[in-house]
Amino acid sequence: MNTPSRLAKVRLMKLSKEQVLKIANLARLKLTDEEVGRLSDQLTDILTYVEVISELDTKLVTPTSQVTGLSNVVREDVVTEQLCSPDELLEASPLPKDEHQIRVKKVL
Amino acid sequence: MDLNWLSITEAHLGLKEKKFSAKDLVLSCLDQIEKTKHLNTFITLTGDDALKQAGEVDAKIARGEEIGILEGIPAGVKDLFNTRDVRTTCASHMLENFVPPYDATAIARLKKAGYLLMGKTNLDEYACGASTESSYFGPTLNPWNREYVAGGSSGGSASGVASGQFYFGMGTDTGGSIRQPASLCGCIGLKVTYGRVSRFGVTALASSWDTVGPFARNAQDIAIVLNAIAGNDPLDATSPIVAVPDYTKNLTKGVHGLKIGIPKEFFAEGVDEDVRVAVLSAIKEYEKLGATLVDISLPMTKYGVAVYYVTMPTELSTNLARFDGIRFGHKPDGEVKDLYDYYTSSRGEGFGAEIKRRIMVGTFVSSAGYADAYYKQAQKVRTLIIQDFAEAFKKCDIIMAPVSPTPAFRVGAKSGDPIAMYLADALTIPASAAGIPAISLPCGFSSNGLPVGLQILGPQWSEDLILQVASAYEQASSWHNMRPSFK
Repeated sequence: MNTPSRLAKVRLMKLSKEQVLKIANLARLKLTDEEVGRLSDQLTDILTYVEVISELDTKLVTPTSQVTGLSNVVREDVVTEQLCSPDELLEASPLPKDEHQIRVKKVL
Repeated sequence: MDLNWLSITEAHLGLKEKKFSAKDLVLSCLDQIEKTKHLNTFITLTGDDALKQAGEVDAKIARGEEIGILEGIPAGVKDLFNTRDVRTTCASHMLENFVPPYDATAIARLKKAGYLLMGKTNLDEYACGASTESSYFGPTLNPWNREYVAGGSSGGSASGVASGQFYFGMGTDTGGSIRQPASLCGCIGLKVTYGRVSRFGVTALASSWDTVGPFARNAQDIAIVLNAIAGNDPLDATSPIVAVPDYTKNLTKGVHGLKIGIPKEFFAEGVDEDVRVAVLSAIKEYEKLGATLVDISLPMTKYGVAVYYVTMPTELSTNLARFDGIRFGHKPDGEVKDLYDYYTSSRGEGFGAEIKRRIMVGTFVSSAGYADAYYKQAQKVRTLIIQDFAEAFKKCDIIMAPVSPTPAFRVGAKSGDPIAMYLADALTIPASAAGIPAISLPCGFSSNGLPVGLQILGPQWSEDLILQVASAYEQASSWHNMRPSFK
Protein backbone atom coordinates (compact mmCIF):
# COMPACT_ATOMS: atom_id res chain seq x y z
CA MET A 1 0.00 0.00 0.00
CA ASN A 2 2.78 2.43 0.85
CA THR A 3 5.02 1.90 -2.10
CA PRO A 4 6.27 4.92 -4.00
CA SER A 5 4.17 3.93 -7.00
CA ARG A 6 1.00 4.15 -4.91
CA LEU A 7 1.97 7.74 -4.09
CA ALA A 8 3.00 8.58 -7.61
CA LYS A 9 -0.59 8.04 -8.67
CA VAL A 10 -1.78 10.53 -6.08
CA ARG A 11 0.65 13.13 -7.41
CA LEU A 12 -1.05 13.45 -10.79
CA MET A 13 -4.24 14.63 -9.21
CA LYS A 14 -5.27 18.25 -9.17
CA LEU A 15 -8.06 18.88 -6.70
CA SER A 16 -11.28 19.81 -8.46
CA LYS A 17 -13.83 22.17 -6.96
CA GLU A 18 -16.11 19.16 -6.42
CA GLN A 19 -13.40 17.43 -4.40
CA VAL A 20 -12.82 20.58 -2.35
CA LEU A 21 -16.53 20.73 -1.58
CA LYS A 22 -16.54 17.05 -0.62
CA ILE A 23 -13.70 17.61 1.86
CA ALA A 24 -15.40 20.76 3.17
CA ASN A 25 -18.51 18.70 3.83
CA LEU A 26 -16.49 16.12 5.77
CA ALA A 27 -14.90 18.96 7.78
CA ARG A 28 -18.23 20.77 8.27
CA LEU A 29 -16.94 24.01 6.75
CA LYS A 30 -19.14 26.34 4.75
CA LEU A 31 -16.94 27.93 2.07
CA THR A 32 -17.60 30.81 -0.28
CA ASP A 33 -17.12 30.27 -4.05
CA GLU A 34 -13.97 32.35 -3.85
CA GLU A 35 -12.60 30.19 -1.01
CA VAL A 36 -13.35 27.02 -2.96
CA GLY A 37 -11.41 28.33 -5.96
CA ARG A 38 -8.44 29.45 -3.89
CA LEU A 39 -8.33 26.22 -1.84
CA SER A 40 -8.42 24.11 -4.97
CA ASP A 41 -5.09 25.69 -6.03
CA GLN A 42 -3.51 25.94 -2.58
CA LEU A 43 -4.36 22.39 -1.49
CA THR A 44 -2.92 21.07 -4.74
CA ASP A 45 0.30 23.03 -4.13
CA ILE A 46 0.59 21.82 -0.53
CA LEU A 47 -0.16 18.19 -1.42
CA THR A 48 2.38 18.35 -4.22
CA TYR A 49 4.99 19.76 -1.84
CA VAL A 50 4.50 17.09 0.85
CA GLU A 51 4.82 14.27 -1.66
CA VAL A 52 8.59 14.47 -1.24
CA ILE A 53 8.11 11.91 1.56
CA SER A 54 7.06 9.32 -1.01
CA GLU A 55 10.62 8.98 -2.29
CA LEU A 56 11.68 7.14 0.88
CA ASP A 57 11.35 3.38 1.15
CA THR A 58 9.65 2.83 4.51
CA LYS A 59 8.50 -0.78 4.16
CA LEU A 60 10.41 -1.81 7.29
CA VAL A 61 9.79 1.35 9.32
CA THR A 62 7.33 1.50 12.24
CA PRO A 63 5.16 4.63 12.27
CA THR A 64 5.52 7.02 15.22
CA SER A 65 2.46 8.35 16.98
CA GLN A 66 3.95 8.92 20.44
CA VAL A 67 7.52 10.08 21.09
CA THR A 68 8.26 9.34 24.75
CA GLY A 69 7.34 5.66 24.81
CA LEU A 70 4.13 5.93 26.83
CA SER A 71 1.22 3.66 26.09
CA ASN A 72 -2.17 3.00 27.71
CA VAL A 73 -1.99 5.47 30.59
CA VAL A 74 -5.01 4.57 32.71
CA ARG A 75 -6.47 5.44 36.09
CA GLU A 76 -9.44 4.47 38.23
CA ASP A 77 -12.68 5.79 36.82
CA VAL A 78 -13.50 8.08 39.73
CA VAL A 79 -13.93 11.84 40.01
CA THR A 80 -10.65 13.14 41.42
CA GLU A 81 -11.11 16.86 41.22
CA GLN A 82 -13.64 19.32 40.01
CA LEU A 83 -12.15 22.23 38.10
CA CYS A 84 -15.47 24.00 37.68
CA SER A 85 -19.19 23.35 38.01
CA PRO A 86 -21.35 21.97 35.18
CA ASP A 87 -23.27 25.26 35.11
CA GLU A 88 -20.05 27.22 34.64
CA LEU A 89 -19.29 25.05 31.62
CA LEU A 90 -22.78 25.69 30.24
CA GLU A 91 -22.14 29.43 30.61
CA ALA A 92 -19.54 29.17 27.83
CA SER A 93 -22.18 28.21 25.27
CA PRO A 94 -23.59 30.94 23.03
CA LEU A 95 -26.92 29.07 22.81
CA PRO A 96 -29.93 29.24 25.15
CA LYS A 97 -30.01 26.89 28.13
CA ASP A 98 -32.96 24.89 29.33
CA GLU A 99 -32.90 22.87 32.55
CA HIS A 100 -29.05 22.62 32.50
CA GLN A 101 -29.03 21.63 28.83
CA ILE A 102 -28.12 23.49 25.65
CA ARG A 103 -30.99 24.06 23.24
CA VAL A 104 -29.87 23.32 19.65
CA LYS A 105 -31.50 23.40 16.22
CA LYS A 106 -33.43 20.31 15.24
CA VAL A 107 -31.24 17.44 14.07
CA LEU A 108 -33.64 15.76 11.64
CA MET B 1 15.61 53.03 38.52
CA ASP B 2 14.52 51.32 35.31
CA LEU B 3 12.61 48.29 36.48
CA ASN B 4 11.59 46.97 33.07
CA TRP B 5 14.78 45.11 32.23
CA LEU B 6 15.47 43.42 35.58
CA SER B 7 15.95 39.67 35.65
CA ILE B 8 13.46 37.66 37.71
CA THR B 9 16.12 37.14 40.40
CA GLU B 10 16.90 40.87 40.52
CA ALA B 11 13.20 41.70 40.74
CA HIS B 12 12.73 39.10 43.48
CA LEU B 13 15.64 40.40 45.56
CA GLY B 14 14.49 43.99 45.09
CA LEU B 15 11.05 43.05 46.40
CA LYS B 16 12.49 41.25 49.40
CA GLU B 17 14.83 44.13 50.20
CA LYS B 18 11.94 46.57 49.71
CA LYS B 19 13.82 48.58 47.08
CA PHE B 20 10.57 48.67 45.15
CA SER B 21 7.15 47.09 45.50
CA ALA B 22 5.30 44.55 43.37
CA LYS B 23 2.95 47.43 42.48
CA ASP B 24 5.98 49.35 41.15
CA LEU B 25 6.82 46.36 38.93
CA VAL B 26 3.29 46.18 37.54
CA LEU B 27 3.11 49.95 36.99
CA SER B 28 6.42 50.04 35.15
CA CYS B 29 5.24 47.14 32.96
CA LEU B 30 1.98 48.95 32.21
CA ASP B 31 3.97 52.07 31.38
CA GLN B 32 6.17 50.14 28.95
CA ILE B 33 3.14 48.38 27.43
CA GLU B 34 1.61 51.81 26.79
CA LYS B 35 4.86 53.17 25.30
CA THR B 36 5.20 50.22 22.96
CA LYS B 37 1.54 49.51 22.23
CA HIS B 38 2.16 49.80 18.48
CA LEU B 39 3.69 46.30 18.75
CA ASN B 40 0.19 44.88 19.38
CA THR B 41 1.45 42.23 21.78
CA PHE B 42 -1.76 41.87 23.81
CA ILE B 43 -5.24 40.68 22.94
CA THR B 44 -6.55 41.21 26.48
CA LEU B 45 -4.89 43.26 29.24
CA THR B 46 -5.45 42.34 32.89
CA GLY B 47 -3.34 45.08 34.46
CA ASP B 48 -6.00 46.07 37.03
CA ASP B 49 -6.18 42.55 38.44
CA ALA B 50 -2.38 42.33 38.41
CA LEU B 51 -2.21 45.58 40.37
CA LYS B 52 -4.66 44.29 42.95
CA GLN B 53 -2.72 41.04 43.38
CA ALA B 54 0.53 43.00 43.57
CA GLY B 55 -0.97 44.84 46.55
CA GLU B 56 -1.48 41.49 48.27
CA VAL B 57 2.13 40.50 47.63
CA ASP B 58 3.30 43.85 48.99
CA ALA B 59 1.19 43.37 52.12
CA LYS B 60 2.76 39.97 52.61
CA ILE B 61 6.25 41.46 52.33
CA ALA B 62 5.29 44.24 54.75
CA ARG B 63 4.21 41.61 57.27
CA GLY B 64 7.67 40.10 57.01
CA GLU B 65 6.51 36.88 55.33
CA GLU B 66 8.70 34.93 52.92
CA ILE B 67 7.84 35.20 49.23
CA GLY B 68 8.56 32.71 46.47
CA ILE B 69 10.84 33.51 43.54
CA LEU B 70 7.93 34.15 41.13
CA GLU B 71 5.71 35.91 43.63
CA GLY B 72 4.77 39.36 42.35
CA ILE B 73 6.52 38.85 38.97
CA PRO B 74 4.48 40.12 35.98
CA ALA B 75 4.14 37.86 32.94
CA GLY B 76 2.36 37.65 29.60
CA VAL B 77 0.57 34.45 28.60
CA LYS B 78 -0.19 33.35 25.05
CA ASP B 79 -3.92 33.53 24.48
CA LEU B 80 -4.07 29.78 23.86
CA PHE B 81 -3.86 28.91 27.59
CA ASN B 82 -7.16 28.71 29.43
CA THR B 83 -7.22 31.32 32.18
CA ARG B 84 -10.15 31.18 34.55
CA ASP B 85 -12.49 34.18 34.17
CA VAL B 86 -10.12 35.82 31.64
CA ARG B 87 -11.19 35.78 28.00
CA THR B 88 -9.22 33.23 25.97
CA THR B 89 -9.58 33.74 22.22
CA CYS B 90 -6.87 31.63 20.51
CA ALA B 91 -6.67 34.81 18.35
CA SER B 92 -9.77 33.57 16.53
CA HIS B 93 -13.15 35.09 15.74
CA MET B 94 -14.45 31.63 16.72
CA LEU B 95 -13.58 32.25 20.39
CA GLU B 96 -13.77 36.02 20.47
CA ASN B 97 -16.05 35.94 23.53
CA PHE B 98 -14.94 32.71 25.21
CA VAL B 99 -14.26 32.95 28.95
CA PRO B 100 -12.94 29.61 30.27
CA PRO B 101 -14.19 28.42 33.65
CA TYR B 102 -10.87 26.79 34.62
CA ASP B 103 -7.10 27.28 34.35
CA ALA B 104 -4.63 25.31 32.26
CA THR B 105 -2.35 23.29 34.55
CA ALA B 106 0.69 25.44 33.67
CA ILE B 107 -1.31 28.53 34.65
CA ALA B 108 -2.58 26.94 37.86
CA ARG B 109 1.04 26.17 38.79
CA LEU B 110 2.20 29.73 38.01
CA LYS B 111 -0.70 31.10 40.06
CA LYS B 112 0.29 28.89 42.95
CA ALA B 113 3.82 30.30 42.60
CA GLY B 114 2.33 33.81 42.85
CA TYR B 115 2.98 35.19 39.35
CA LEU B 116 1.01 38.18 38.10
CA LEU B 117 -0.88 37.89 34.81
CA MET B 118 -0.51 41.15 32.84
CA GLY B 119 -2.70 39.83 30.05
CA LYS B 120 -3.16 37.42 27.19
CA THR B 121 -0.71 37.80 24.35
CA ASN B 122 -1.27 37.70 20.61
CA LEU B 123 -0.60 34.66 18.41
CA ASP B 124 -1.35 33.28 15.00
CA GLU B 125 -4.94 32.03 15.00
CA TYR B 126 -4.98 28.74 16.96
CA ALA B 127 -1.14 28.91 16.93
CA CYS B 128 -1.09 28.24 13.18
CA GLY B 129 1.58 30.39 11.58
CA ALA B 130 5.14 31.68 11.80
CA SER B 131 4.51 35.44 11.93
CA THR B 132 1.50 36.22 14.20
CA GLU B 133 -0.09 37.74 11.09
CA SER B 134 -2.98 35.27 10.97
CA SER B 135 -4.35 36.60 14.28
CA TYR B 136 -7.93 37.86 14.13
CA PHE B 137 -6.63 40.81 16.17
CA GLY B 138 -3.95 41.90 13.70
CA PRO B 139 -0.22 41.20 13.53
CA THR B 140 2.29 41.61 16.37
CA LEU B 141 5.31 43.63 15.28
CA ASN B 142 9.01 43.21 15.85
CA PRO B 143 10.47 45.33 18.68
CA TRP B 144 13.61 46.03 16.62
CA ASN B 145 11.77 47.30 13.56
CA ARG B 146 8.03 47.76 13.35
CA GLU B 147 7.97 47.01 9.63
CA TYR B 148 9.00 43.42 10.39
CA VAL B 149 7.10 40.50 11.91
CA ALA B 150 7.63 39.22 15.45
CA GLY B 151 7.61 35.62 14.24
CA GLY B 152 5.10 33.14 15.50
CA SER B 153 3.00 31.64 16.50
CA SER B 154 3.82 32.91 20.03
CA GLY B 155 4.70 36.38 18.67
CA GLY B 156 3.00 38.39 21.42
CA SER B 157 4.89 36.71 24.27
CA ALA B 158 8.23 36.97 22.40
CA SER B 159 7.80 40.60 21.39
CA GLY B 160 6.56 41.53 24.88
CA VAL B 161 9.54 39.96 26.67
CA ALA B 162 12.00 41.47 24.18
CA SER B 163 10.48 44.95 24.55
CA GLY B 164 10.47 45.00 28.36
CA GLN B 165 6.69 44.73 28.76
CA PHE B 166 6.91 41.84 31.25
CA TYR B 167 9.54 39.61 32.83
CA PHE B 168 8.65 36.30 31.29
CA GLY B 169 6.18 34.97 28.78
CA MET B 170 4.39 31.71 28.22
CA GLY B 171 4.10 30.12 24.81
CA THR B 172 3.57 26.87 22.98
CA ASP B 173 5.88 25.25 20.45
CA THR B 174 4.48 22.68 18.03
CA GLY B 175 6.84 23.10 15.06
CA GLY B 176 8.85 26.14 16.24
CA SER B 177 6.30 28.54 17.73
CA ILE B 178 8.45 29.43 20.75
CA ARG B 179 11.95 29.21 19.27
CA GLN B 180 11.30 31.06 16.01
CA PRO B 181 9.67 34.19 17.51
CA ALA B 182 12.32 34.22 20.27
CA SER B 183 14.98 34.18 17.55
CA LEU B 184 13.28 36.91 15.51
CA CYS B 185 12.63 39.17 18.53
CA GLY B 186 15.94 38.62 20.34
CA CYS B 187 14.88 36.90 23.55
CA ILE B 188 15.23 33.32 24.83
CA GLY B 189 12.61 30.69 24.24
CA LEU B 190 12.65 27.08 25.38
CA LYS B 191 10.82 24.24 23.70
CA VAL B 192 10.74 21.42 26.24
CA THR B 193 10.77 17.65 25.78
CA TYR B 194 7.32 16.51 24.68
CA GLY B 195 5.35 15.98 27.90
CA ARG B 196 7.76 17.82 30.22
CA VAL B 197 5.08 20.46 30.86
CA SER B 198 1.38 19.59 30.99
CA ARG B 199 -0.69 20.53 27.96
CA PHE B 200 -3.94 20.34 29.93
CA GLY B 201 -6.11 23.40 29.34
CA VAL B 202 -4.02 24.60 26.40
CA THR B 203 -6.00 24.49 23.17
CA ALA B 204 -4.56 21.63 21.15
CA LEU B 205 -3.09 22.15 17.70
CA ALA B 206 -1.26 18.88 16.98
CA SER B 207 -1.48 16.74 20.09
CA SER B 208 1.56 14.55 19.42
CA TRP B 209 3.73 17.64 18.78
CA ASP B 210 2.45 20.38 21.12
CA THR B 211 4.67 21.56 23.98
CA VAL B 212 4.39 24.36 26.55
CA GLY B 213 7.36 26.53 27.47
CA PRO B 214 8.69 29.90 28.64
CA PHE B 215 10.21 33.04 27.13
CA ALA B 216 12.63 35.19 29.13
CA ARG B 217 15.69 37.41 28.74
CA ASN B 218 18.26 35.07 30.29
CA ALA B 219 18.75 31.35 30.89
CA GLN B 220 18.36 31.57 34.64
CA ASP B 221 14.89 33.09 34.30
CA ILE B 222 13.91 30.29 31.94
CA ALA B 223 15.13 27.78 34.54
CA ILE B 224 13.14 29.50 37.30
CA VAL B 225 9.91 29.38 35.31
CA LEU B 226 10.53 25.79 34.22
CA ASN B 227 10.98 24.78 37.87
CA ALA B 228 7.46 26.05 38.53
CA ILE B 229 5.67 24.42 35.59
CA ALA B 230 7.48 21.15 34.79
CA GLY B 231 6.41 17.67 35.85
CA ASN B 232 3.73 15.05 35.52
CA ASP B 233 0.10 16.14 35.58
CA PRO B 234 -2.60 13.49 36.09
CA LEU B 235 -4.82 15.61 33.80
CA ASP B 236 -2.40 15.16 30.87
CA ALA B 237 -1.88 11.46 30.18
CA THR B 238 1.05 12.28 27.87
CA SER B 239 3.14 13.88 30.64
CA PRO B 240 5.36 11.03 31.86
CA ILE B 241 6.48 10.60 35.45
CA VAL B 242 10.07 11.79 35.05
CA ALA B 243 11.93 13.47 37.92
CA VAL B 244 12.10 17.26 37.76
CA PRO B 245 15.58 18.50 38.69
CA ASP B 246 16.28 22.02 39.97
CA TYR B 247 16.93 23.62 36.59
CA THR B 248 18.92 26.48 38.13
CA LYS B 249 21.47 24.11 39.69
CA ASN B 250 23.89 23.53 36.80
CA LEU B 251 23.86 26.99 35.24
CA THR B 252 27.43 27.88 36.18
CA LYS B 253 29.04 24.56 35.31
CA GLY B 254 30.36 25.69 31.93
CA VAL B 255 30.96 23.63 28.82
CA HIS B 256 34.48 22.29 29.25
CA GLY B 257 34.77 18.92 27.49
CA LEU B 258 31.30 19.22 25.95
CA LYS B 259 30.95 17.67 22.48
CA ILE B 260 28.91 19.90 20.18
CA GLY B 261 27.48 18.38 17.00
CA ILE B 262 27.22 20.62 13.95
CA PRO B 263 24.66 19.22 11.49
CA LYS B 264 25.64 20.22 7.97
CA GLU B 265 22.04 20.07 6.73
CA PHE B 266 21.12 22.99 9.02
CA PHE B 267 23.62 25.27 7.29
CA ALA B 268 22.67 24.33 3.75
CA GLU B 269 21.23 26.39 0.93
CA GLY B 270 18.38 28.65 2.01
CA VAL B 271 20.07 29.74 5.23
CA ASP B 272 20.73 33.48 5.16
CA GLU B 273 24.41 34.48 5.18
CA ASP B 274 23.99 36.83 8.19
CA VAL B 275 22.37 33.98 10.13
CA ARG B 276 25.13 31.54 9.19
CA VAL B 277 27.86 34.00 10.25
CA ALA B 278 26.25 34.84 13.62
CA VAL B 279 25.56 31.20 14.49
CA LEU B 280 29.02 29.99 13.47
CA SER B 281 30.73 32.71 15.50
CA ALA B 282 28.68 31.72 18.56
CA ILE B 283 29.79 28.13 18.03
CA LYS B 284 33.43 29.34 17.82
CA GLU B 285 32.92 31.05 21.16
CA TYR B 286 31.91 27.70 22.65
CA GLU B 287 35.12 26.22 21.32
CA LYS B 288 37.04 28.93 23.18
CA LEU B 289 35.11 28.00 26.32
CA GLY B 290 36.47 24.46 26.11
CA ALA B 291 33.92 22.58 24.04
CA THR B 292 34.87 20.43 21.04
CA LEU B 293 33.07 20.48 17.72
CA VAL B 294 31.96 17.37 15.87
CA ASP B 295 30.58 17.28 12.33
CA ILE B 296 27.33 15.34 12.23
CA SER B 297 24.64 14.63 9.68
CA LEU B 298 20.87 14.64 10.05
CA PRO B 299 19.96 13.52 6.53
CA MET B 300 16.20 13.43 7.16
CA THR B 301 16.09 17.18 7.84
CA LYS B 302 14.83 17.96 4.37
CA TYR B 303 11.70 15.85 4.93
CA GLY B 304 10.77 17.60 8.18
CA VAL B 305 8.45 20.25 6.76
CA ALA B 306 6.58 17.69 4.64
CA VAL B 307 6.17 15.29 7.58
CA TYR B 308 4.92 18.17 9.68
CA TYR B 309 2.47 19.48 7.09
CA VAL B 310 0.85 16.06 6.82
CA THR B 311 0.64 14.98 10.47
CA MET B 312 -0.02 18.40 12.02
CA PRO B 313 -3.08 19.27 9.86
CA THR B 314 -4.43 15.77 10.46
CA GLU B 315 -4.23 16.17 14.22
CA LEU B 316 -5.43 19.78 13.98
CA SER B 317 -8.49 18.94 11.90
CA THR B 318 -9.41 16.34 14.52
CA ASN B 319 -8.79 18.67 17.46
CA LEU B 320 -10.64 21.59 15.92
CA ALA B 321 -13.71 19.43 15.25
CA ARG B 322 -14.80 20.38 18.77
CA PHE B 323 -15.31 24.00 17.74
CA ASP B 324 -18.84 23.95 16.43
CA GLY B 325 -20.49 26.84 18.26
CA ILE B 326 -22.50 24.56 20.55
CA ARG B 327 -20.70 24.26 23.88
CA PHE B 328 -18.52 27.27 23.06
CA GLY B 329 -17.50 29.24 20.02
CA HIS B 330 -19.11 31.37 17.37
CA LYS B 331 -22.89 31.54 16.91
CA PRO B 332 -23.72 32.00 13.21
CA ASP B 333 -24.56 35.57 12.27
CA GLY B 334 -27.68 34.86 10.22
CA GLU B 335 -30.59 32.43 10.38
CA VAL B 336 -29.69 28.76 9.96
CA LYS B 337 -32.13 26.06 8.94
CA ASP B 338 -30.88 23.01 10.84
CA LEU B 339 -28.04 21.67 12.96
CA TYR B 340 -25.82 20.86 9.95
CA ASP B 341 -26.23 24.41 8.70
CA TYR B 342 -25.42 25.68 12.21
CA TYR B 343 -22.16 23.67 12.33
CA THR B 344 -20.93 24.65 8.87
CA SER B 345 -21.91 28.30 9.32
CA SER B 346 -20.29 28.56 12.75
CA ARG B 347 -17.06 27.10 11.41
CA GLY B 348 -17.15 28.87 8.05
CA GLU B 349 -17.60 32.25 9.73
CA GLY B 350 -15.51 31.59 12.84
CA PHE B 351 -12.27 30.25 11.36
CA GLY B 352 -9.76 32.33 9.38
CA ALA B 353 -8.12 31.40 6.08
CA GLU B 354 -5.07 29.55 7.44
CA ILE B 355 -7.20 27.43 9.81
CA LYS B 356 -9.56 26.48 7.03
CA ARG B 357 -6.61 25.59 4.81
CA ARG B 358 -5.09 23.31 7.45
CA ILE B 359 -8.41 21.69 8.35
CA MET B 360 -8.94 20.96 4.65
CA VAL B 361 -5.43 19.50 4.21
CA GLY B 362 -5.78 17.42 7.37
CA THR B 363 -9.22 16.12 6.43
CA PHE B 364 -7.98 15.16 2.98
CA VAL B 365 -4.75 13.38 3.97
CA SER B 366 -6.53 11.38 6.68
CA SER B 367 -9.54 10.45 4.55
CA ALA B 368 -10.23 6.95 3.23
CA GLY B 369 -7.97 6.08 0.32
CA TYR B 370 -5.32 8.67 1.18
CA ALA B 371 -4.48 8.02 4.85
CA ASP B 372 -1.88 5.34 4.07
CA ALA B 373 -0.17 7.29 1.30
CA TYR B 374 0.09 10.51 3.26
CA TYR B 375 -0.56 10.20 6.98
CA LYS B 376 0.96 6.79 7.65
CA GLN B 377 3.93 7.46 5.38
CA ALA B 378 4.56 10.75 7.24
CA GLN B 379 4.46 8.95 10.59
CA LYS B 380 7.04 6.50 9.27
CA VAL B 381 9.34 9.27 8.07
CA ARG B 382 8.92 10.81 11.52
CA THR B 383 10.44 7.59 12.87
CA LEU B 384 13.42 8.10 10.54
CA ILE B 385 13.91 11.67 11.85
CA ILE B 386 13.92 10.30 15.41
CA GLN B 387 16.53 7.70 14.38
CA ASP B 388 18.66 10.50 12.88
CA PHE B 389 18.86 12.22 16.25
CA ALA B 390 19.50 8.96 18.10
CA GLU B 391 22.51 8.34 15.81
CA ALA B 392 23.74 11.92 16.18
CA PHE B 393 23.62 11.87 19.97
CA LYS B 394 25.98 8.88 19.94
CA LYS B 395 28.66 11.26 18.61
CA CYS B 396 27.87 14.45 20.56
CA ASP B 397 26.24 15.74 23.76
CA ILE B 398 24.42 18.64 22.24
CA ILE B 399 23.62 19.97 18.75
CA MET B 400 23.94 23.58 17.60
CA ALA B 401 22.30 25.17 14.56
CA PRO B 402 20.36 28.23 13.43
CA VAL B 403 16.76 28.57 14.65
CA SER B 404 15.30 30.29 11.62
CA PRO B 405 16.80 30.27 8.12
CA THR B 406 16.34 34.06 7.99
CA PRO B 407 15.99 36.98 10.39
CA ALA B 408 12.51 38.55 10.69
CA PHE B 409 10.80 39.19 7.35
CA ARG B 410 8.65 42.18 6.42
CA VAL B 411 5.01 42.24 7.46
CA GLY B 412 3.02 40.87 4.54
CA ALA B 413 6.03 39.40 2.72
CA LYS B 414 4.86 35.78 2.98
CA SER B 415 1.18 36.09 3.74
CA GLY B 416 0.06 35.22 0.21
CA ASP B 417 2.26 32.15 -0.04
CA PRO B 418 1.46 29.38 2.47
CA ILE B 419 4.42 27.17 1.52
CA ALA B 420 6.97 30.00 1.91
CA MET B 421 5.53 30.57 5.40
CA TYR B 422 5.72 26.83 6.20
CA LEU B 423 9.43 26.78 5.28
CA ALA B 424 10.13 29.33 8.04
CA ASP B 425 9.90 26.33 10.40
CA ALA B 426 12.30 24.10 8.43
CA LEU B 427 15.02 24.15 11.12
CA THR B 428 12.75 23.96 14.16
CA ILE B 429 10.48 21.13 13.01
CA PRO B 430 13.07 18.30 13.36
CA ALA B 431 13.37 18.72 17.16
CA SER B 432 9.58 18.84 17.39
CA ALA B 433 9.29 15.64 15.37
CA ALA B 434 11.66 13.87 17.75
CA GLY B 435 10.10 15.35 20.89
CA ILE B 436 13.48 16.62 22.07
CA PRO B 437 14.12 19.93 23.86
CA ALA B 438 15.72 22.91 22.12
CA ILE B 439 16.33 26.53 23.03
CA SER B 440 16.70 29.73 21.03
CA LEU B 441 19.39 32.04 22.35
CA PRO B 442 20.29 35.53 21.05
CA CYS B 443 23.67 35.30 19.23
CA GLY B 444 23.95 38.40 17.04
CA PHE B 445 22.25 40.65 14.53
CA SER B 446 21.76 40.75 10.79
CA SER B 447 23.26 43.58 8.74
CA ASN B 448 19.91 45.39 8.90
CA GLY B 449 19.79 45.24 12.70
CA LEU B 450 17.48 42.29 13.33
CA PRO B 451 18.23 39.62 15.96
CA VAL B 452 19.57 36.16 15.13
CA GLY B 453 19.10 33.14 17.36
CA LEU B 454 21.29 30.13 18.07
CA GLN B 455 19.43 26.83 18.46
CA ILE B 456 20.74 24.36 21.03
CA LEU B 457 19.20 20.88 20.87
CA GLY B 458 19.65 18.06 23.36
CA PRO B 459 18.32 14.52 23.94
CA GLN B 460 14.93 14.04 25.61
CA TRP B 461 14.82 15.30 29.23
CA SER B 462 18.11 17.24 28.88
CA GLU B 463 16.64 20.69 29.62
CA ASP B 464 19.12 21.11 32.48
CA LEU B 465 22.08 20.52 30.14
CA ILE B 466 20.65 22.86 27.50
CA LEU B 467 20.22 25.61 30.08
CA GLN B 468 23.75 25.02 31.39
CA VAL B 469 25.12 25.39 27.85
CA ALA B 470 22.99 28.49 27.16
CA SER B 471 24.09 30.08 30.41
CA ALA B 472 27.79 29.54 29.56
CA TYR B 473 27.38 31.58 26.38
CA GLU B 474 25.57 34.37 28.20
CA GLN B 475 28.47 34.70 30.59
CA ALA B 476 30.87 35.08 27.63
CA SER B 477 28.76 37.35 25.43
CA SER B 478 26.36 40.26 25.75
CA TRP B 479 23.84 39.64 22.96
CA HIS B 480 21.11 38.77 25.46
CA ASN B 481 21.56 42.21 27.05
CA MET B 482 20.94 44.17 23.84
CA ARG B 483 17.74 46.21 24.07
CA PRO B 484 15.64 47.72 21.30
CA SER B 485 15.02 51.47 21.45
CA PHE B 486 11.56 52.90 20.86
CA LYS B 487 11.56 56.35 19.36
